[in-house]
Amino acid sequence: MAKILTEKLNLWYGDFHALKDVNANFEPNRITAIIGPSGCGKSTMLRVFNRMNDLIENVKTDGKVLVDGINILDLDADLVKLRKEVGMVFQRPNPFPLSIYENIVFGERVHSENIKKDRLDEIVEMSLKSVLLWDELKDRLKEPALRLSLEQKQRLCIARLIAVKSDVLLMDEPCSTLDPQATAKIEELMRELKNNYTIIIVTHNMQQAARVSDDTGFMLLGELVEFGRTQDIFTAPRDKRTEDYITGRYG
Amino acid sequence: MKKNSHRTQKIAFFFLFLATLLIVVPVGLIVVMIIQKGLPAINWQFLSDVPRQGMRAGGIFPAIIGTIYLVTGAIIFALPIGLLAAIYLSEYSKDSMLNRLIKLAIVNLAGVPSVVYGLFGLALFVIFFKFGASILSGSLTLGIMILPIIITTSREALESVPQSFREVSLSLGVSKWQTIRHIVLPNAIPGILTGTILGLGRAAGETAPILFTVAAFYLPQLPGSIFDQAMALPYHLYVISTQVPNVDEKIRYGTAFVLLALVLFMNLVAIIIRYKFRKKKKW
Ligand SMILES: Nc1ncnc2c1ncn2[C@@H]1O[C@H](COP(=O)(O)OP(=O)(O)O)[C@@H](O)[C@H]1O
Ligand SMILES: [Mg+2]
Repeated sequence: MAKILTEKLNLWYGDFHALKDVNANFEPNRITAIIGPSGCGKSTMLRVFNRMNDLIENVKTDGKVLVDGINILDLDADLVKLRKEVGMVFQRPNPFPLSIYENIVFGERVHSENIKKDRLDEIVEMSLKSVLLWDELKDRLKEPALRLSLEQKQRLCIARLIAVKSDVLLMDEPCSTLDPQATAKIEELMRELKNNYTIIIVTHNMQQAARVSDDTGFMLLGELVEFGRTQDIFTAPRDKRTEDYITGRYG
Repeated sequence: MKKNSHRTQKIAFFFLFLATLLIVVPVGLIVVMIIQKGLPAINWQFLSDVPRQGMRAGGIFPAIIGTIYLVTGAIIFALPIGLLAAIYLSEYSKDSMLNRLIKLAIVNLAGVPSVVYGLFGLALFVIFFKFGASILSGSLTLGIMILPIIITTSREALESVPQSFREVSLSLGVSKWQTIRHIVLPNAIPGILTGTILGLGRAAGETAPILFTVAAFYLPQLPGSIFDQAMALPYHLYVISTQVPNVDEKIRYGTAFVLLALVLFMNLVAIIIRYKFRKKKKW
């Protein structure tokens, strides 16, 4: 069954039609890459999945987005639950100006006010282990997170989501500020994480999409032109526009 | 051509320097003069005794206490209201014409002459609400006077917190109010404190707003409740400088020195807080 399913998803920024009749199916325990030239609506689509577009004025959305079978575009959707479940990793690693420890437990502290210290310690250990940072950082938990390297910061941001028990990870160009070595490590982590999570990654790096993803969607001017197994998209695209993009004719 | 522009720059620099000097020198002179003439008057008795012999001798204790009461009252009133208004304006209000007008109006209110606030306080608190000339009326008047400062600086502090902090917090399922409480406010505190202390300094130094609303000409016993009148430093200074003949120069300058020291001290605290936090934050 699909983890996230969109049906005739349309979105407008004022008069600008940014997503056009998007039908897509994101399966659990797989990595889905969204590729396409910049400005085609990749970030916009990701932000629909945890309703972050609500923060922007003049946005209109219609169609259906089912997460675990529930339409999250409904006005009475439980946003707190949705956003905990569908977490977002941003382009620039953005830890809070707090300690490593406090960054990870931030969500949990706010959500359950009188949580025990032991429980928080457990959460920190579990989350850092999931992003393979525990051994590196277990003695530095009180240090400011802003002192970490970019790659560590990005991992920490993922740990912060794991701590609130997200099961979908939306990643919007998570490696665009990282060097190739760090990028490779994050990709490795993604492969590790997909056993337990549904991962959707936006990237304009086609090699990356080919390397890490199981499924790929190609977007152009707000349309989801083609969606399927990564292998098929890259070796035998059905749409001429996909082929042009993949072979580099769009630049 | 190159030489010419270099010369223009030199001339411009000279005039800018001159303008700075023109501002700094008189202020410096005033401060030096007050310290020179006022410092000899300062001793424990001057700070802790009541005025005696028609304010020609003794100390200024009731005026110091009065000023502290008034400033405290003003902050108790203005800080919560100002902070809430700032939170509304920066976090909740949409960017509409009306809201932009409100923001502009608040900025401009900071420039309204203080005597206008004094008259306003007289009409509203003393007469209409029947609080009489009292610490309550005076504090409220001072509070209203410093509200624009507090709102404007707090708003700027809130708006300088990076947008990404809010986004991340919301994306973790944290509600808007919790985001403000747990992420935005803690990171805006230095700016808010600075604004508050600047407001305090202004409230401590003004005479006009307290003239009709609280200030007592001569009241040696300390106020017993917020409905009593009180002496206050700036008004006391005015009184002994212009209303009472033959006050020793030492006493006048001593009073001015205490007032100046109080205001400068508060500003210094603001600067230190700002400096400390600026060193700590790194985004
Ligand atoms: N807040 C906004 N208001 C108006 N238009 C926007 C806004 N955000 C994005 N857009 C427009 O929507 C289109 C898709 O943007 P985006 O989803 O960020 O593209 P991508 O992530 O694929 O580069 C772009 O043309 C962009 O200009
Ligand atoms: Mg984008």
